[in-house]
Amino acid sequence: MTTQHTLSVLVENTPGALARVSSLFMRRGFNIDSLAVGPTEIPEISRMTIVVSVDDLPLEQVTKQLNKLVNVLKIVELDSASAVERELMLIKVKTDAATRGQVLETVQLFRAKVVDVAVDAVTIEATGDAGKLNAMLNVLEPFGIREIAQSGRVAIGRGARSITDRTLRAVPGSQVV
Amino acid sequence: MTEQVTRPQTETITGAQSLVRALEQAGVEVIFGIPGGAILPAYDPLFDSSIRHILVRHEQGAGHAAQGYAMVTGEVGVCMATSGPGATNLVTAIADAYMDSVPIVAITGQVSSQLIGTDGFQEADIRGITMPITKHSYLVTDPAEIPRVIAEAFHIAGTGRPGPVLVDIAKDALQGATTFEWPTELALPGYRPTTRPHGKQVREAARLLVAAERPVLYVGGGVLKANASAELAMLAELTQIPVVTTLMARGVFPDSHELNLGMPGMHGTVAAVAALQKSDLLVTLGARFDDRVTGNLDSFAPDAKVIHADIDPAEISKNRTADVPIVGDCKEVISDLVVALRKMADEDGVQGDYSAWKNQMLGVKAKFPVAYDKPAEGLAPQTVIERISAIAGPEAVYSSGVGQHQMWAAHFVDYERPRQWLNSGGAGTMGYGVPAAMGAQVGAPDRVVWAIDGDGCFQMTNQELATCALEGIPIKVAVINNSSLGMVRQWQTLFYEGRYSNTDLNTGPESIGARRIPDFVKLADAYGCVGLRCDSEADLDATIEKAMAITDRPVVIDFVVERDAMVWPMVAAGTSNDDIKIARDLAPEWDGEDL
Repeated sequence: MTTQHTLSVLVENTPGALARVSSLFMRRGFNIDSLAVGPTEIPEISRMTIVVSVDDLPLEQVTKQLNKLVNVLKIVELDSASAVERELMLIKVKTDAATRGQVLETVQLFRAKVVDVAVDAVTIEATGDAGKLNAMLNVLEPFGIREIAQSGRVAIGRGARSITDRTLRAVPGSQVV
Repeated sequence: MTEQVTRPQTETITGAQSLVRALEQAGVEVIFGIPGGAILPAYDPLFDSSIRHILVRHEQGAGHAAQGYAMVTGEVGVCMATSGPGATNLVTAIADAYMDSVPIVAITGQVSSQLIGTDGFQEADIRGITMPITKHSYLVTDPAEIPRVIAEAFHIAGTGRPGPVLVDIAKDALQGATTFEWPTELALPGYRPTTRPHGKQVREAARLLVAAERPVLYVGGGVLKANASAELAMLAELTQIPVVTTLMARGVFPDSHELNLGMPGMHGTVAAVAALQKSDLLVTLGARFDDRVTGNLDSFAPDAKVIHADIDPAEISKNRTADVPIVGDCKEVISDLVVALRKMADEDGVQGDYSAWKNQMLGVKAKFPVAYDKPAEGLAPQTVIERISAIAGPEAVYSSGVGQHQMWAAHFVDYERPRQWLNSGGAGTMGYGVPAAMGAQVGAPDRVVWAIDGDGCFQMTNQELATCALEGIPIKVAVINNSSLGMVRQWQTLFYEGRYSNTDLNTGPESIGARRIPDFVKLADAYGCVGLRCDSEADLDATIEKAMAITDRPVVIDFVVERDAMVWPMVAAGTSNDDIKIARDLAPEWDGEDL
């Protein structure tokens, strides 16, 4: 069965690393549902959060292929039970004097916030997991959604452990000939 | 160890000088390449270097020559080209090296960094183009990075699962001022190939082996790359398990050994295909369950458990799920497996007995040798290759192009030692034969090197004969000339009702209605090579011996062969290995049992 998987991929912060990772997915025939890249607490390391829908066996294959990329340092699959997952969405909703109150009520219910107001529209910033954002969109739909901008998913494991620990340790046996 | 010349660290040199010095430090002896605008600065210090540069006639030739050099020497091969079309002409060879895990470093010039992205003259994003077909790649815009990048490139190309690494260097980085410092250690935190196999996995493999009844050693190119022929022979001798050697592994285990059942796959021997299909345990060593070996994957080796040893973890369970995965260098895996099996035999008194199975397979091997029918008239291509092998012997090196002649060369040359055979296995690159032979001859100047080529393949890269003639690279080219794209023609015969659409090359004689364009003998002559022609078996040995006697320049022999010869056995594409045919519509007859 095809299920969604969230991969945290630590890569060296070098030009081309993103292209290598994304082109590898394409070449091996895997579709990326979302991809988010950003810096980590270590300046030399970037973190990619990649969401893919694949079966378990092809997932193993794609992580092995990713691991072969020289710039890839570490891959961890995060499952939603033991990780915090968030997406950010900006939503422009049509409003008028009659509907604005209802829209603002929805914003409060979902603990989102309004970041811009015009005479005939409001722009809402919402964060949450995919389920929450979808629920919110469903409620806002009848008012008229004019535009959406959504980030890729970012995720981090719960608890004190860090996946960036020890990723840059010296490589044994890589002495120059 | 060479004595290091200490230069003051502060000495200012150009990036180009730094590049050449780095290549010297990396131990490079030969570069195959062609200069051009963007790489031009590098060619100036190269002029004074100890490195031999071989000026090829097409960059693809440089790439395949680097592959041939790497395959016979086991060292990293090097090719060099300029930006844009120079670099894109390398692409086929890079893809080929990637598919067959051949260690090469390709150095390309790039337009100056301020021009990158502007569609400058002779600009191509070669790093982007080659990203899916390189093990790793670099774009260098800062001359200070050159020594580190070169050191890393050679390390990555030659270690782990070998493969091509591209180093693209902007022209201003070659011209800019820098100082040279060769790195003492590499910072590659994301590159840690596993070479030591896990002891537990090896012991588990040994347990499966002693419990098996019909095991097969399924041996691929990884055993060659790991230089593990001696270890493999030890394992085979110890266990008496039949061996199949894939196209990439021909020569890794001697053909003369009784346990060698030959090559498996689409054009494999009946014995090798049958052994895999009937096996209950595949001991897979540096092979990758390529579709040309497995045929229809669902019906491949249906009763077999799988031990899969490979240095690349991504190969394991990629196509066929492994019961015992072992990540490691084949040399170490096989050594450890031998130790584990000996220990089980000595301490626990447990060892496998496969004598019945072995005898059964040796029976199949004896009953269905690789054979062919000689035509009523004309020269059989298989005979030509058999005689070349008999006369040149196993100490010679054999390269081939891709197609019928390649399969015949895989079957009818006797392979007795590793690195005796080079071909384009995974990519199937027509035109590989001549430039690869050129590179092989440079890497092994004391060996006789034969390119067994087809008339189609030969016309793709034969301009390198000029390089060979001028550089004193006396390769011998046997053009197996059936006046057509033979393998495609064979498929048209079998699957397209003999409708020979666009497969007639007209390189044959007038007697078959062809126009002999080009005339390979005249072409050889034009290139400063000796051109010979042979169209009858009566002249065959004398012609080959004449070619063997010429050692001061390349020889091209136009072997005019019968054009309807087909490659057998054959498993049609996408069908099951169980449906192997030994001739058209002829399945092997088994002694009362189905395959």
